[in-house]
Amino acid sequence: PVITTLSYFIIFFQQRIEIHKLRQGDNLILGFSIGGGIDQDPTQNPFSEDKTDKGIYVTRVTEGGPAEVAGLQIGDKIMQVNGWDMTMVTHDQARKRLTKRNEEVVRLLVTRQSLQKAVQQSMMS
Amino acid sequence: KIESLKVTVDFLKVPLGLKKPPLKEALAAVPGPGRAKPLGVERHKPRRSDTMDNESQYSGYSYKSGHSRSSRKHRDRRDRHRSKSRDGSRGDKSVTIQAPGEPLLDNESTRGDERDDNWGETTTVVTGTSEHSISHDDITRITKDMEDSAHLDCSRHLGVSLAGALALLAFLTPLAFMLLPQLLWREELEPCGTPCEGLFISVAFKLLILLLGSWALFFRRPKAFFPRVFVFRALLMVLVFLLVVSYWLFYGVRILDSRDRNYQGVVQYAVSLVDALLFVHYLAVVLLELRQLQPQFTLKAVRSADGASRFYNVGHLSIQRAAVWILENYYHDFPVYNPALLNLPKSVLSKKMSGFKVYSLGEAENTTNNSTGQSRAVIAAAARRRDNSHNEYYYEEAEHERRVRKRRARLVVAVEEAFTHIKRLQEDDQKNPREIMDPREAAQAIFASMARAMQKYLRTTKQQPYHTMESILQHLEFCITHDMTPKAFLERYLTAGPTIQYHKDRWLAKQWTLVSEEPVTNGLKDGVVFVLKRQDFSLVVSTKKIPFFKLSEEFVDPKSHKFVMRLQSETSV
Repeated sequence: PVITTLSYFIIFFQQRIEIHKLRQGDNLILGFSIGGGIDQDPTQNPFSEDKTDKGIYVTRVTEGGPAEVAGLQIGDKIMQVNGWDMTMVTHDQARKRLTKRNEEVVRLLVTRQSLQKAVQQSMMS
Repeated sequence: KIESLKVTVDFLKVPLGLKKPPLKEALAAVPGPGRAKPLGVERHKPRRSDTMDNESQYSGYSYKSGHSRSSRKHRDRRDRHRSKSRDGSRGDKSVTIQAPGEPLLDNESTRGDERDDNWGETTTVVTGTSEHSISHDDITRITKDMEDSAHLDCSRHLGVSLAGALALLAFLTPLAFMLLPQLLWREELEPCGTPCEGLFISVAFKLLILLLGSWALFFRRPKAFFPRVFVFRALLMVLVFLLVVSYWLFYGVRILDSRDRNYQGVVQYAVSLVDALLFVHYLAVVLLELRQLQPQFTLKAVRSADGASRFYNVGHLSIQRAAVWILENYYHDFPVYNPALLNLPKSVLSKKMSGFKVYSLGEAENTTNNSTGQSRAVIAAAARRRDNSHNEYYYEEAEHERRVRKRRARLVVAVEEAFTHIKRLQEDDQKNPREIMDPREAAQAIFASMARAMQKYLRTTKQQPYHTMESILQHLEFCITHDMTPKAFLERYLTAGPTIQYHKDRWLAKQWTLVSEEPVTNGLKDGVVFVLKRQDFSLVVSTKKIPFFKLSEEFVDPKSHKFVMRLQSETSV
């Protein structure tokens, strides 16, 4: 007989995402929304594992936008933007770092939670 | 009675070589605890170092002029007179403030039973003379003291009377100005009607006001005798003297010699003198009373024996006045000095003190090396042994705390119960006259039930020298008379109160020595330190200037207080 055990692991892994900004009229947009910051209330963040985490999280990704194309997903925590640290910034500072007018490309370092199924098959003999 | 805390003057005669003994030496010269011994008379002669050989300490005995209505002006006149005759004393730094009326070696310096003699058994002290003999030095000191004190008394009386004479002269001068023409050349005077009468009335009232003002300002029982001239008073005395003399000078030349006929002019001249005297009085009020009211310095007074400290705010004062101020506050702010509480319990200390005795067996080469090596070895060994004594101290303290609390609980319960046995007689109570007691009897009746608990508690907290049975009974009677609760009765015993609370003959010492590196008539400045010494402890006083505050204004519109909820905001980028 074969006994299969199924267990779930929560894995955090980091990913580097490169987003090319889209020009819309006078603005360069990235196509997602952010939430969080050290001046915000962290307990209201639905995406964070730790409710005291004041980091910047992706709260919405517009369909077909540059962010979705680049692979950004909702719930990602942005750690760095073009080398700038985003873990201890205010909400406004984060927005400013993402929307710099002279940058066409932003390279993000994000952390994503993922539920991984692991199937273990063990043989019982 | 703080007001009767008088200090007498003491002068330090430093040899005219005028070497200034530094503060430490001066402190060393006045003896530390435990070395003062009465010399058969009720005077205290401290042992002095050689640098202070000519020092004369003014010992205390009754000074009867406490009740003299000496005005402030008198004293500095005397001081000036005296300081002129002793110019050599300009450079000395240490003066004694001492109040008369009490024997110097009062019972405050009782040595507690548990005082630890920190000198080990191996210490040998070699003294030149034995404690009970009077050396030649002492004899010369005694005779010098007697001369000094007699001289001081005379000069003080002289000073007071001189200043009084000057004040009287200043008072009578206007009257004399007005009367002399009338007496000497009445026939030649021009008649002077209403203006003169008006001036007479104004002179009369101004003199009355001056009299009342002087009485209010100067005729107060002095609270202290300062060792040095009070500069402001001296200034005022000189001013008054010059004023009066110059007025008399002009009067003599212009009016008496020439026999001026204009009587109104003479009267106006007298009125102007009275006005000038009133202004001098105003100046006296400002200089003596008002100037020191605004706080400028913070004085920190620390008692050297146990570290009790207080802060005081004073204005511009000279060092000697600040010293008296501190002393006045010391008696009602500082908890009473209890020598029995100072030392670590014997059980802790005895282990520390029985150190190693290191013997050197047969090594004689390098004696200095040997001794330092020995001492280092002893210190090292002692350092290793000391590891445990803090532990013992901690447990001893905890045990003592527990004991005190237990005794205190017993005392409180005993007193509460005792107080329930008596109550005040109501009007309509029908009681047998034999059963009615006065407060004293009531106190005696209930004292027996609490006596034992009280005694045990006082023993544990080492307060028993301060409270005799008689004093406890008196206090109990006092509390019963005023309908106090047991807690109010106990407040006196549960915490160590200020010195003035205790029976004054025992605990109020009058002799204090002021030791200062700067002349004591200097004003207080930032960083000045002076010491008020008693026989077994001293008060170290340091000065700090109150900082200059820069207050700026900020207007807050009441409508500007607005608040928002802290939400998670979402921004699209």
